[in-house]
Amino acid sequence: MQKSKLGIDFKRVEYAKSLARKIAVDVQNFADNYTTVAVERTISRILGIDGIDENGVPLPNIIVDSLVASNTISQGIIFALGNAVIETGLSPQTIAEKVSKGEMELDKFKAHDTKELLDALKPFYEPNIIRIANRRKRREHYINTIGEGTKPYIYVIVATGNIYEDVVQAQAAARQGADVIAVIRTTGQSLLDYVPYGATTEGFGGTFATQENFRIMRKALDEVGEEIGRYIRLCNYCSGLCMPEIAIMGALEGLDVMLNDALYGILFRDINMQRTLVDQYFSRVINGYAGVIINTGEDNYLTTADAFEEGHTVLSSDLINEQLALLAGLPEDQMGLGHAFEMDPMIKNGFLYELAQAQMTREIFPDATLKYMPPTKFMTGNIFRGHIQDALFNIIGIWTHQGIQLLGMPTEAIHTPFMSDRYLSIENARYIFNNMYDIGEEMEFREGGIIRTRAAFVLEKAIALLEKITEEGLFTALEKGMFADVKRPKNGGKGLAGVSEKGSHYINPFIDMMKNRLYL
Amino acid sequence: MSEGLYSMESKDFDKTLDLKKIKPYGDTMNDGKVQLSFTLPVPAGDEAVEAAKQLLKKMGLENPLVVYSKELTPGFTFVNCYGSCSHTVDYTTIHVPKVESQTMSMDETDKFIRENLGRKIIAVGASTGTDAHTVGIDAIMNMKGYAGHYGLERYEMFETLNMGSQVPNEEFIAKAIEMHADALLVSQTVTQKDVHIKNMTELVEMLEAEGLRDKVILVAGGPRISHELAKELGYDAGFGSNSYADDVASFLAQEMVKRKMITTNK
Repeated sequence: MQKSKLGIDFKRVEYAKSLARKIAVDVQNFADNYTTVAVERTISRILGIDGIDENGVPLPNIIVDSLVASNTISQGIIFALGNAVIETGLSPQTIAEKVSKGEMELDKFKAHDTKELLDALKPFYEPNIIRIANRRKRREHYINTIGEGTKPYIYVIVATGNIYEDVVQAQAAARQGADVIAVIRTTGQSLLDYVPYGATTEGFGGTFATQENFRIMRKALDEVGEEIGRYIRLCNYCSGLCMPEIAIMGALEGLDVMLNDALYGILFRDINMQRTLVDQYFSRVINGYAGVIINTGEDNYLTTADAFEEGHTVLSSDLINEQLALLAGLPEDQMGLGHAFEMDPMIKNGFLYELAQAQMTREIFPDATLKYMPPTKFMTGNIFRGHIQDALFNIIGIWTHQGIQLLGMPTEAIHTPFMSDRYLSIENARYIFNNMYDIGEEMEFREGGIIRTRAAFVLEKAIALLEKITEEGLFTALEKGMFADVKRPKNGGKGLAGVSEKGSHYINPFIDMMKNRLYL
Repeated sequence: MSEGLYSMESKDFDKTLDLKKIKPYGDTMNDGKVQLSFTLPVPAGDEAVEAAKQLLKKMGLENPLVVYSKELTPGFTFVNCYGSCSHTVDYTTIHVPKVESQTMSMDETDKFIRENLGRKIIAVGASTGTDAHTVGIDAIMNMKGYAGHYGLERYEMFETLNMGSQVPNEEFIAKAIEMHADALLVSQTVTQKDVHIKNMTELVEMLEAEGLRDKVILVAGGPRISHELAKELGYDAGFGSNSYADDVASFLAQEMVKRKMITTNK
């Protein structure tokens, strides 16, 4: 039996997890019956379709849109392409090019059975699945040979808009001590229903996520990792309307960490909940297979809702996200469940409440690579106080053994980080992580004290919320605004048109293949 | 590199405050002390320090002092510096355009609206364009507000809708028409490459094309928005950092009364 420093009753935790399980199964039962345009584009990519037409439209979009146009999307791209491959003897890529030129229509071919389809497509998908498996082995090999940073991993962002400038910033950050480099996406990319192509040098507040940009940054981080003797993880954003597509591109190019949270997209990007929960399932299956750590976005709830009042919503959502991830075959150590240091710094004993929340989260998810987010809401432009707020946040990070520490910047709320901002923040974290290294083992929390009382209170409130959601279902809970004070209708938001019920010929063989860890 | 605990610099300058010639204050009037930090794209070393000092002099900073330098990555050196500013400005002639309204408390504003307008003000707000940040619009509109200043939702005499983030200008305007809005609140947080200017200008143009511009009070807000900038772009007011819901609410109430917007936009 796990021992709690907070006096947490683990029977209550088990009960909370059983509630979250019910909620997640309910969502999964829905997701299992549907596919989306993003899921089908992802499968097209696994089948080797890539590139753009003369107007810059990605071929996976063209071929999937052609299924939408012919009303055959519900049968899935495997059915359409498999039949075309068998009948023409051409590769999926050549077929996609012909479709894009208007030289071929996919619904004109004779139907074949599942076994024939998969046999015909195997030469095209197998190399890509093996490539993903090899990417994973390559990462493991690096970690076993050159090593990696100790937890909490130091996570910083780069966001210049230009992938080549990002490389300079990222390598500098790695040399200064960063373990994870996240390339922030250009503002608005989450709402694009396609993934841009090629290396990009123009973005707003971030850089386009493209497969080529992934490749460029992966190479740069491998170089610097070998130079400094520490494997540097690369993070991007597999959220928004192209969730599974970004997942597959990241898996193919060896990304290590992916933001991956449907709830975040629903609440903060107004993406339709049916669309993104279906997308999320496949993307998590891919991330699980590729050995990618997913990060969930609960920390964002506290940018709109109050961190002191709404701490239990973060915990409830983490519990639901854990169960959804388990259903997708994603192991616990790949779960970067999110939480944050976002209470008003003027609250008396605020640090103690933050400590209680972080320690509680640690104990409830003992094997997760928790992602701990820094203060943002109450960063004011007073960079000097901000640096201290970040220091308090770092103290809790090392104290409660967080998995990934997303470093705050003193210039948060002013600009995307300068090279020197990143240096100051990394120095701050490394100083504290070293200077307080074993504090978590040395300190205990007083029985009946503020910290234990707070943890028990938040857990009970989370259980009460989960009980309510169990009765109503997650969709209704989101419609009622139970998270982040944001209400979203089940049939509203962006991307609903891309959802289809699966037809009788529908197959996606990669879910089982990946969940069964084929080739690993 | 330190000069020791006590400054031995002679202070043979005029130490009386003259508002016609003000300069920064460290610990003595007119000492001009400034601290700054920056990164130079050169390797660390004496040359980097000298380069920083020369730059400080060109900025008009006398007695330049580089107190700390550190190579961030090969070829980039970070410095912390001090100097005494040789420039002055005339404070007495400064004029900054400001939102001309008296900030009132929530209760005062509600009372003011009830007595002078006799109806609720309908306000629609959003973080428009591709901007994904809701922090600003939430601080102004949400019930809870920010830093103890309640948001417009809590005001009795406001009927509000916060559309959240990434709202296209078309949708924003459509909603304003649907709700017969009196006031439109636009929040812009991301300002890289002036993306906010383009987006804010587009909204004004679209409102003009719809014949709506004169029928509504149009307000912009965000950390990099000033009243001056907002006016320049054709807005009625701009609210930068350190403005709260009560500032916005007071302005809207007083402007509505000033414009005699007694009847609604129905």
